[in-house]
Amino acid sequence: MTMTMKKTIHSKNDLVIKFANVNGTGSASANNLFAKALFRMGLSVSPKNIFPSNIQGLPTWYEVRVNDKGYLGRRGGIDIAVCVNPQSMAKDIKEVSPGGYVVYDNTKPLDLRLMRSDVEFIGLPLTQICLDEYQDPRQRQLFKNVIYVGALAALINIDFEVLTSLIGEQFKGKEKLIAPNVHALDLGYQYAKNHFTCPLRITVERRDNRGDKILIDGNTAIGLGAVFGGATMAGWYPITPSTSVIEAFEKYCKRLRVDAGSGKKNYAIVQAEDELAAIGMVIGASWNGARAFTATSGPGISLMSEFLGLAYFAEIPTVLVDVQRTGPSTGMPTRTQQSDVIACAYASHGDTKHVLVFPATPKECFDMTAQAFDLAEQLQTPVIMLTDLDLGMNDTMSEPLEWDEARAYERGKVYSAEQLEAMSEKFGRYIDSDGDGIPYRTYPGTHPTKGAFFTRGTSRDEYAIYTEDGAEYVRNMKRLLKKWETAKSYVPAPVIDNSGKGSDIGVLHYGTSMAATLEAIDYLAQEGIAVDSCRIRAFPFCKAVEEFIEQHSTVFIVEQNRDAQMRSLLVNECEINPKRIVPILNFDGMPVTAKFIQQAINSRLDINKVTPIRKNTTSNKAEQ
Amino acid sequence: MSYIKPSFRHPELPVNELGFTQQQYEGSLSTLCAGCGHDSISGAITKAIFELSIAPHNIAKLSGIGCSSKTPTYFLGSSHGFNSVHGRMPSVTTGANAANREMVYIGVSGDGDTASIGMGQFAHAVRRNLNMMYIVMNNGCYGLTKGQDSATSDIGSKSKKGEPNPFEPIDLASVALQLGATFVARSFSGDKAQLVPLIKAAIAHQGFAFIDVISPCVTFNNNPGSTKGYEFVREHLAATGTVDYVPMKQEIKTEYAPGSSTEVTLHDGSVVHLHKTDDKLDVSSRRSALALMQEYKAEGKILTGLLHMEQNSRDLHETIGSSNKALRSLSENELCPGTAILGSINDSFR
Ligand SMILES: Cc1ncc(C[n+]2csc(CCOP(=O)(O)OP(=O)(O)O)c2C)c(N)n1
Ligand code: SF4
Ligand SMILES: [Mg+2]
Repeated sequence: MTMTMKKTIHSKNDLVIKFANVNGTGSASANNLFAKALFRMGLSVSPKNIFPSNIQGLPTWYEVRVNDKGYLGRRGGIDIAVCVNPQSMAKDIKEVSPGGYVVYDNTKPLDLRLMRSDVEFIGLPLTQICLDEYQDPRQRQLFKNVIYVGALAALINIDFEVLTSLIGEQFKGKEKLIAPNVHALDLGYQYAKNHFTCPLRITVERRDNRGDKILIDGNTAIGLGAVFGGATMAGWYPITPSTSVIEAFEKYCKRLRVDAGSGKKNYAIVQAEDELAAIGMVIGASWNGARAFTATSGPGISLMSEFLGLAYFAEIPTVLVDVQRTGPSTGMPTRTQQSDVIACAYASHGDTKHVLVFPATPKECFDMTAQAFDLAEQLQTPVIMLTDLDLGMNDTMSEPLEWDEARAYERGKVYSAEQLEAMSEKFGRYIDSDGDGIPYRTYPGTHPTKGAFFTRGTSRDEYAIYTEDGAEYVRNMKRLLKKWETAKSYVPAPVIDNSGKGSDIGVLHYGTSMAATLEAIDYLAQEGIAVDSCRIRAFPFCKAVEEFIEQHSTVFIVEQNRDAQMRSLLVNECEINPKRIVPILNFDGMPVTAKFIQQAINSRLDINKVTPIRKNTTSNKAEQ
Repeated sequence: MSYIKPSFRHPELPVNELGFTQQQYEGSLSTLCAGCGHDSISGAITKAIFELSIAPHNIAKLSGIGCSSKTPTYFLGSSHGFNSVHGRMPSVTTGANAANREMVYIGVSGDGDTASIGMGQFAHAVRRNLNMMYIVMNNGCYGLTKGQDSATSDIGSKSKKGEPNPFEPIDLASVALQLGATFVARSFSGDKAQLVPLIKAAIAHQGFAFIDVISPCVTFNNNPGSTKGYEFVREHLAATGTVDYVPMKQEIKTEYAPGSSTEVTLHDGSVVHLHKTDDKLDVSSRRSALALMQEYKAEGKILTGLLHMEQNSRDLHETIGSSNKALRSLSENELCPGTAILGSINDSFR
């Protein structure tokens, strides 16, 4: 169906395509195939899953952005919608930008009320083709997805050989499945070729933007980081979007950590009864000298709070990954957010604060996981890695993972049996002998007569002997604060990217807000507005973060939560006037876009420079 | 304080096979109320470990929160200890055990710590057959928070405040049996002769060994009308029999009358003998234990002693197939796959 359109979109290697599917119908692997093919063509690609909290039946979307600049954030706007879900069709068609395309299953005629004159409709008889070709109902369902990928290959110019070779790799070991899948691809390809002018106005073309990059989700990178970082114990309780962290850890442990001789595992993974038990196990294992970790999301953090306090006061290394999502279990648990920042920073009773690290890429997920074990053991305290659903569950282009052979695990201050044997003075677990606030620990069972101590919260002296003396308590709490100061020199430093133009505008950001923020800064530069940026990678804040704020008269912070939680931490910890930091807040559950940030900065610069952008104004989020 | 330690020790105090005196298995001075049942249990643990000749540093003692959970400070002073959080000792012990299967794990809890806030973790430690001894010092009340009824308090039992408890009790030994615990015993803090060999057998058992020890709280729950006071318990006690624990190295010298005795040989070759007083008990059958406990209960009696023991129990490590070595002893070389492997992993994402 072609209509006369006022506006058309012409583009090469700059597109957003959105697949609208039904959850549980096998669309995920076909959509992944599509994205991977673009990646193999050397293109910069960023796929995002937008899925419901449901196993089967509800609508699910997959959005893929391609562009030649290497931008990996969401762009906003949809050029091509592949509408194979009747349930969400009306909404999906409405979303397409004027001049774009709607690809749909035309086995049944389209409801005329859904027609639009400003987009082009591409009808593929997916159901009919499958009815004709396949007997098995399951195959009829599955191959529908592969057929539309084949059709898209013709429509936007994807190399067909790239698709067929990917199919070959995907079904390695199940070779019987290769031919039928390639056949399905071809059915779609031929249909499109024979019925439409191919390619459309929106196309892709080979590039060399890939380099040696990999396409991997953050959770897998974390699982790998734990394997390489020497974790031997994981206690966990399933919760989206963190579950695949442990699944990845297990998958690679099975491959890389099973003793060839005995068949025994050099790791222990225990699915706990809840998150309280999960972190209890981690604390027990770490106390006993193993590297252990757990992964969870917001509701799990709430449950782990008491234990986090104990680990802080008893000074037990504890590695915890929080893959953040949107609010409670009946919030939008399958949408992304950066909204556990304060809950993690100050989790638990009493005066506690915890070391946080914020990866922004899969490579950083890998590096920071391995580093988190070092940090936790060096600082003898919980280290929480805050990532989010966007990074955790979406395949993200990343520099390859690297491991330096010369690197050795930093196990922190632990007395060995020999050191204890040689010691003439009494061992004191909480003595600050180095003046950095970090005492020496011993593992249980190290020495027959020396080094044993009783672990408890704070009611003890430097020798871990029970006391409720106020002066001892104060001394201990001050030492913990000294340790906190020491931590600033251990944690990952911020990444500061100065425009080189001596700009007095600075943007703070962290985690997955990075991609959209840097893209927005490019757009602002094109408008002639130079902006410096500082990506916070850890809490406590390094001096460089404070200096960045001091050096810029107008400072923004991009966050994906309602309350500007990182800003609160900065205000609180660095004693900064709240008016100095203008929040740009995106919290609708979808990853922030560059356009949103650009507009927020522009409108702030346009108006009176002292009033911060009000939270309620940020809700007019522009979807271009 | 329940006892004052003499500062002088006789130089010829008996030593165990490792050359340690019993004193070396003691802890610091107890701060519990004089006469508290919990202190007697600490004493029994000290004696049992001394007699078993386990090096103190090879033991880890973990607890939750409560008067009972304070006791690990009062025994085994040369062992690492961990006073964790209320009701969560099982998970901490699970992690500790996962990290190093070569040590002996003693978990101490209270009836509040286990039967209320910690019920979930208790159940799951049982289910995983975690290799540990789990002792509940059961006084039917919350000692540390000043005497509230606990979930093990019998219906109608009166605490010092005089109010009868209106709720049905949770019987932890029955719960443990139903959940599949591979070693279940009940004892009384005032009966060291019974408790010490039970502790030895529990420590030797490969898997989850549960001992519910009735341990009167002299301050809040030792009054007439309480079913967890010394007087009531002494009057209503019935035992499954007497237990001997015979380590592998020792020859069994005693002869027992046929039929009255059951032997259970443990994984390391040591033997637990039960000289039964009631022929209806078959220690290998949890059904038999449950039925007998019900029967005694109906008569108003508390059945103590060894109730159930599974000979070939598989602990958590065996179930999940983890290394025979302590995981924490694995070196970086054994754990980190290295650069070349990471290179091929990268390739799989291209
Ligand atoms: C999370 C939490 N809730 C409540 C308490 C207060 N508390 C301390 S001990 C205790 C009860 C202990 O009872 P039990 O385990 O029977 O030990 P007992 O003192 O009787 O030996 C409670 C409720 C706590 N420490 N932590
Ligand atoms: S209050 Fe009760 S349980 Fe606590 S120490 Fe005193 S007697 Fe023992
Ligand atoms: Mg109690």
